Amino acid sequence: MYNGGKIIIGLVVFAALVTSPFWTNAGRKVEAPELKLDTPAIKEAQAALGKKEVCVEPKAFMRGGHMQLLNTWRDSVVRDGKRVYTSSEGRTFDISLQNTCMKCHSNKKNFCDKCHNYLAVSPYCWDCHIAPKEAEAGGAAGGSEMAPAVAAGSEKAPAVAVHGEAKL
Amino acid sequence: MKINRREFMRMAGIAAAAGLAGAGTIARLKGNTLEAADYTPPAEALKAKHWGMVIDVSKISTPEDYQRIMDACHTPHNVPDIGNPKDEVKWIWPDTYEHTFPGMEHPYMNPEFKEKNFLVLCNHCEKPACVRVCPTKATFKRADGLVIMDYHRCIGCRFCMAACPFGARSFNWRDPRPFINEATLNREYPTRTKGVVEKCTFCVERLEKGKIPLCVEKSNGALVFGDLEDPDSEIRKILASAYTIRRKPELGTGPSIYYVIGGGEHA
Repeated sequence: MYNGGKIIIGLVVFAALVTSPFWTNAGRKVEAPELKLDTPAIKEAQAALGKKEVCVEPKAFMRGGHMQLLNTWRDSVVRDGKRVYTSSEGRTFDISLQNTCMKCHSNKKNFCDKCHNYLAVSPYCWDCHIAPKEAEAGGAAGGSEMAPAVAAGSEKAPAVAVHGEAKL
Repeated sequence: MKINRREFMRMAGIAAAAGLAGAGTIARLKGNTLEAADYTPPAEALKAKHWGMVIDVSKISTPEDYQRIMDACHTPHNVPDIGNPKDEVKWIWPDTYEHTFPGMEHPYMNPEFKEKNFLVLCNHCEKPACVRVCPTKATFKRADGLVIMDYHRCIGCRFCMAACPFGARSFNWRDPRPFINEATLNREYPTRTKGVVEKCTFCVERLEKGKIPLCVEKSNGALVFGDLEDPDSEIRKILASAYTIRRKPELGTGPSIYYVIGGGEHA
């Protein structure tokens, strides 16, 4: 190999540079985002239903599949005019990002944004849909501790979007 | 390598078993699906086979009338007021006789008509040209006759705007948010974003709540909304008794908006 030494040094430098993000971040502990579920509307729903998990579907499903659910919800409303969702538990909900999801999760900065920023995904929901008004306090990204987000969602009456158990 | 029939059969069997097992595993791992979830239209929704509208042109005449109806639509739907004709976004607006009924003007016609403004909006055509040209099916026709936009799918190609013979569609050349009055912003309804086309929806979000469109509600009886396929509907009674015309019928799009000419005592 001509100029073997230089080539090998070059390759080593190249490999070190390319993998440098892994080396610099190795061993660093990154806190998983901690979501706040303490909005007035959620507390009200928890009290009304007498249990901790009051979202439209179980927590595990929502955590992994909320994006598919939102896509199906959107198509159902926009294209078929089917606005009422009957959950696997038999509860019914109005399908609406602004008027159902965000009425409970009125703390977008401490809920949606927390994970989305952590995972560096930026869904374009809020280009059109209007995000709930919330106090400026509470870091949007990263921070592990913050003031409890009770101020969030105080703007509107905590209208719980749960229709109760009755089917429509 | 030689292979005899017995060997071949055995290998095929093993491969099939492995494939089935793999498919089962994938299905089990996927698992994140729901069983009882169901989607239904709201019980209180207004239903029709073909929504249509009659506009009695004699009942809307003053600029205040037009403004009242425009505001009734544009404000709750977060339609921006950009303030220049090139960028303007509109769902319902007044237009001149020549623009509303082109080719029907003549030099000797009633000056009152010639100088009058007419309320125009999306015609929710029976055969909508906009739907035919949309490359992403972002605009589509529902079974009840409404021509609806799915803004999520709109890529902003503006084919629909070129196809629509009524100019009913507006393009968001710029971010509409700064042009929506913060004080009157309807936080229950989305805005649109830069790069999508928008238009009148016949208040689809109100029909499903059992309410009639906002323009009809605020028109003091000048606008009548109803089912064109229902012979007993008010709209059909008006169409049967009064003289009505549609815009640009020669194009064959079949507008669902009818204009009552000459007034009458139908309502």
